[in-house]
Amino acid sequence: MRKRPGIGAIHKQRVEQERFRGKATELQDNVFEQMTSQMEKFRTNLETFASKHRNEIKKNPAFRKQFQDMCASIGVDPLASSKGFWSELLGVGDFYYEIAVQVIEVCLATSPRNGGLITLGELRQRLIKARGKAQHHQEISNDDIIRAIKKLKVLGPGFSIVSLKGTQDTSDILIRSIPGELSADHTEVLKAAEAQSFTSVKALKSTLNWDDVRCLQILNELLRDGVAWVDEQSPEKMYWFPSFFKPLMSEDEIALPPPN
Amino acid sequence: MNVILDLKYVVLVEEDIGNLLRSSKIILHLAPWNEGQLSRPPVKNLSSFIKLAFSDGKLSHFKECIQKMLQERSWETVAVHPSILHHAPTTFRSGIVGIERRLQAKVENNSSNINIAFQDMQNLIDMAKDMVQLANVMSNKIKDRQGDISEDETVKFKSYLLSLGIDDPVTRNSCSSNDVFYHQLAKEIASFLLKAISDTGGLMAMSDAYCRVNRARGLELLSPEDFFKACNYMEKLNLPIICRKFDSGVLVLQLQSKTDSLLEKEVSRLLQSRDKLTALEVSQEFQISIVLAQERLYFMERNGLICRDDSVRGLVFYPNFFSSSA
Repeated sequence: MRKRPGIGAIHKQRVEQERFRGKATELQDNVFEQMTSQMEKFRTNLETFASKHRNEIKKNPAFRKQFQDMCASIGVDPLASSKGFWSELLGVGDFYYEIAVQVIEVCLATSPRNGGLITLGELRQRLIKARGKAQHHQEISNDDIIRAIKKLKVLGPGFSIVSLKGTQDTSDILIRSIPGELSADHTEVLKAAEAQSFTSVKALKSTLNWDDVRCLQILNELLRDGVAWVDEQSPEKMYWFPSFFKPLMSEDEIALPPPN
Repeated sequence: MNVILDLKYVVLVEEDIGNLLRSSKIILHLAPWNEGQLSRPPVKNLSSFIKLAFSDGKLSHFKECIQKMLQERSWETVAVHPSILHHAPTTFRSGIVGIERRLQAKVENNSSNINIAFQDMQNLIDMAKDMVQLANVMSNKIKDRQGDISEDETVKFKSYLLSLGIDDPVTRNSCSSNDVFYHQLAKEIASFLLKAISDTGGLMAMSDAYCRVNRARGLELLSPEDFFKACNYMEKLNLPIICRKFDSGVLVLQLQSKTDSLLEKEVSRLLQSRDKLTALEVSQEFQISIVLAQERLYFMERNGLICRDDSVRGLVFYPNFFSSSA
């Protein structure tokens, strides 16, 4: 707009600005109205979808995973709030929050034994056992469990996911349920011990090429945290990791005394 | 060299969707080796599935093909196995064979329904995507403060974001009357947990509290985020319980009446009677979890009341003689 001298020009400028501002408000009002009507339409669509496929979500882990991935790809988190559409109409919320609660309970029950470190495989087995024999209760996938755990992070530093080998093997993913961090050295030792559930200073030296002091230090730290138990009665001190023990199918919860 | 796998051993096909660091893979769940058909030496395997990786992007095409093959099961038209095809999986069969049969039945029944469901889901998500874009436009306008946005509209907008599950930094921290939901929730949680927290010595870990509240609700469970937000309002609403964060990041709910100095006095008294203290002893004495016992000890250490002795035998705390005898 070309600047012209004189009061007339200033007056004209002001009028133009008012008109622009009015237009901006109008445009913005438009966006809001658009959004309101879209939300109504969306809600109706979601209700229809829910009435047709709600069961599928509950029963089919692959369908659930696809749903979660698609939501993530558009920037939507269906589990963020129990007041959200997804939770209210589709019931996804209750499904995952219930898993979250059960994960907390299982971890609490097993942490005296394994120091708060449990493999994803064992966690899933215990969850399935705890949830009951009805078939739809059995269909929780590892993906479901990991998503539920990720949501728990907001409640504090307690829950973290440690991947030992970067693969999806359930025995290679550990869930840590107490606060604290595993250093890279700790992870290396866990990796080395995983195959047989035990290790020793000698074994670590040959597998990892570390010196005595380093091996002993890391093992002692794991011992102190309750993740490793030491057997001093064997000819060479053996360090056992209950996290990697394969649970027996018919085992009931045994209350084991915590290590000294 | 050719590697051959009979399709009859495939019981389920899953797609493992990858991310930036790893590519997508196809997981084929396999039935155990059929001992009766030893045309080659048997191989023992520890796991019951294999994964296939594709370097030329033909993953989805392969998935379609193999699912079609599994549906048709053309290898069974020659030698029909009535026990597999017509077996109605209503009885719970134990063992791998039972699981295998249930999985097969599931695959057959669901494959047609699934396709419709996936298509519906795609349509729904596409609509949601438009909503997200609209929300972004609106959010930008609020950020730039263009036009007059009324209080009403901002509140409504926030509720839309909540309903859709969109996390928006612009409106996240602003207070509004939309938070009535959280205020109400905070009051409910506080009154429900009051007795329980008093019983556990005035401190309870957030995860523990979350479990109790949701177990009591039974239905319409709270998301962790809702629970967290509600707890954060407790102090402002002057409720008897507040949410508190220790230096290590551990979150707890604490009774307002149980001040820190009271907590410290309790532990000090215990320490005096025992000369030295571990987290385990504190947890046993006060019937609290090890984590909370540790936090209380660390807290006192930071305030200079106790000293640690860190060795292989564990972490032990002693009274701080440096400060008391100086």
